[in-house]
Amino acid sequence: MSSPTSPARADASLDGATLSVQVAGDWSITAPRPHWPATLAGRTPQRVVLAGAGLGQWDSSVLLFLFETQQWCRIAGVHCDTKALPEKIHALLRQMSASHETSVPFDRSENFFTSVGDATIDVWRKTRIFAHFIGECVLGVMRLLKHPRKFRWADFVEEMQLCGAMALPIVSLVSFLVGVTLAYTGAIVLRQYGGDIYVADLVGLSMVREMGALMTGVVLAGRTGAAFAATLGNMKANEEIDALETLGIPAVDFLVLPRLLALGVMMPLLAIYSNALGILGGMAVSMKVLSIPPTAYWVELLTIVDLSDLLVGVIKAVVFGLIIGLAGCLRGIDAERSAAGVGRAATSAVVTAILLIIVADAIFAVAFDILGL
Amino acid sequence: MSDPAIPADPPAIEVSGLTCGYDGTTVLKNLSFSVKRGEVFFVIGGSGCGKSTLLRNLIGLHVPLAGTVRFLGQPFTHADLAARRAMLKTFGVLYQGGALWSSLTLRQNVALPLEEYTPLSPREVGELATLKLAQVGLTGFEDYYPSEISGGMKKRAGLARALALDPSIVFLDEPSAGLDPVTSRKLDELVLQVRETFGTTLVVVSHELASIYGIADRVIMLDRAEQGIIAEGLPRELAERSRDPRVIDFLHRGDRAPVK
Repeated sequence: MSSPTSPARADASLDGATLSVQVAGDWSITAPRPHWPATLAGRTPQRVVLAGAGLGQWDSSVLLFLFETQQWCRIAGVHCDTKALPEKIHALLRQMSASHETSVPFDRSENFFTSVGDATIDVWRKTRIFAHFIGECVLGVMRLLKHPRKFRWADFVEEMQLCGAMALPIVSLVSFLVGVTLAYTGAIVLRQYGGDIYVADLVGLSMVREMGALMTGVVLAGRTGAAFAATLGNMKANEEIDALETLGIPAVDFLVLPRLLALGVMMPLLAIYSNALGILGGMAVSMKVLSIPPTAYWVELLTIVDLSDLLVGVIKAVVFGLIIGLAGCLRGIDAERSAAGVGRAATSAVVTAILLIIVADAIFAVAFDILGL
Repeated sequence: MSDPAIPADPPAIEVSGLTCGYDGTTVLKNLSFSVKRGEVFFVIGGSGCGKSTLLRNLIGLHVPLAGTVRFLGQPFTHADLAARRAMLKTFGVLYQGGALWSSLTLRQNVALPLEEYTPLSPREVGELATLKLAQVGLTGFEDYYPSEISGGMKKRAGLARALALDPSIVFLDEPSAGLDPVTSRKLDELVLQVRETFGTTLVVVSHELASIYGIADRVIMLDRAEQGIIAEGLPRELAERSRDPRVIDFLHRGDRAPVK
């Protein structure tokens, strides 16, 4: 309501055992108002009579005062007479008492066994969704091979642009700095033994076999994986995915495969680019700090890094790309239909992708060692 | 001391020369109208005529290209931040989908404006939020999240939140859209009850004829081609007496059958 012109008052007068309380003035919820303990002022009436003859403008704040009074009377066993209140206030006060009595807090707490049971069911549900999603993707790829013209080539190219070309600046910066960091770290030890030149080997091998694919994977998990999850999550919330399904168009074919393949193609390219930038970073440090000429750095690098190392990095990058795409799309499609659900899906996509990338990287390390690569 | 520029009993809303649009495109031109206190005022018109644009300009989500809006006599459009914040307390808005904050329960949704703008204790805020939800028939759902209730319940919870601060003016954007006739009627009754209890002014953007004929005191009709108001008055009078084919078509659902 509009701003009060005369302040809210609760005038109380004791007549024998009866306390008459007259609420008056303008009561606004945003302005200070009288409270019952101050109005009662330590008196001990047997009966409280509430009246509102002098009431000006009022809103819910007067209800709060009257309700507070009623509650006190109920607890103290004092009769509370509200008949003299205006009918509208009387009705609202009845509603407030009723809502207070019937409103029971919704208990969301769970006991330990329920939590464990729910968590187990959730793990099983997620496993089934994951298996179903992977199966759908495999079927989608088979449909793509059978009917390549039906594939969303335009979306595929656009996604390659978004997750590949648009990621170049951040990949450049991260990779160059990783190369610089590796070179500095290596130089500390190698310089002590007069093996400065081996900085090239350290940087080259680390970037090509490991860090190029790994850092690009981490960057794209944060950048592209989250974007996939948010986009698909929003589409699910807007029922766009339901619309595709009811048209008989598999959401995987329409939304997931173009993204997945775009990442599968762009990740190895970005990883190779990342290798180059990392090596360049190492070269810059070697030149400035260790005074190694670029030619010597390059020649030394070629003695240790060969095509099999490059292949290792590229294989990893392809797998990391598919992991990021799968995690992003799965989380997006499985998102809850709300703003919070979309946020959780994006976060979960990034966490899942990075976790799986590290797990896959460890598996690769063991596998390539066994294969002698 | 009262502001001499403000008349003693100004209308709830006074719009003069309002022009609004987006990115250089004008949607509505030179609109002028006023809404009386305690009135249930409908803004009607076909899809794309600018009803929601007008609403967004009235409540300050968009800055009009020209013209002014005054609430209870006080200028709103170009008011400074403090005055604007003070005025925001005097009106509530029910958005089309309810626009409840999904991470908060219904009680927390209603409580937020109370916590922000009033000196009430947490207990009082809780009691009032419970009352507001009870007023819209959501007793027992206080601790539910928006994702756990139906579309009609979301609208009612949105209305409870809009009424949290007992505003002088409540704006409702398509309150009946997507609701079944019974729920829609209940929401209309709720609107009338709010006006009856608190004397609230209600501005309703809608094209639901049942609501327009059922609860509107006065309507303005907007038209896309005209980019402005093409009719103003009581809905039944307009339906029976207007000679404008656009108004007749709209208020008779295109078949020009007599209004029942």
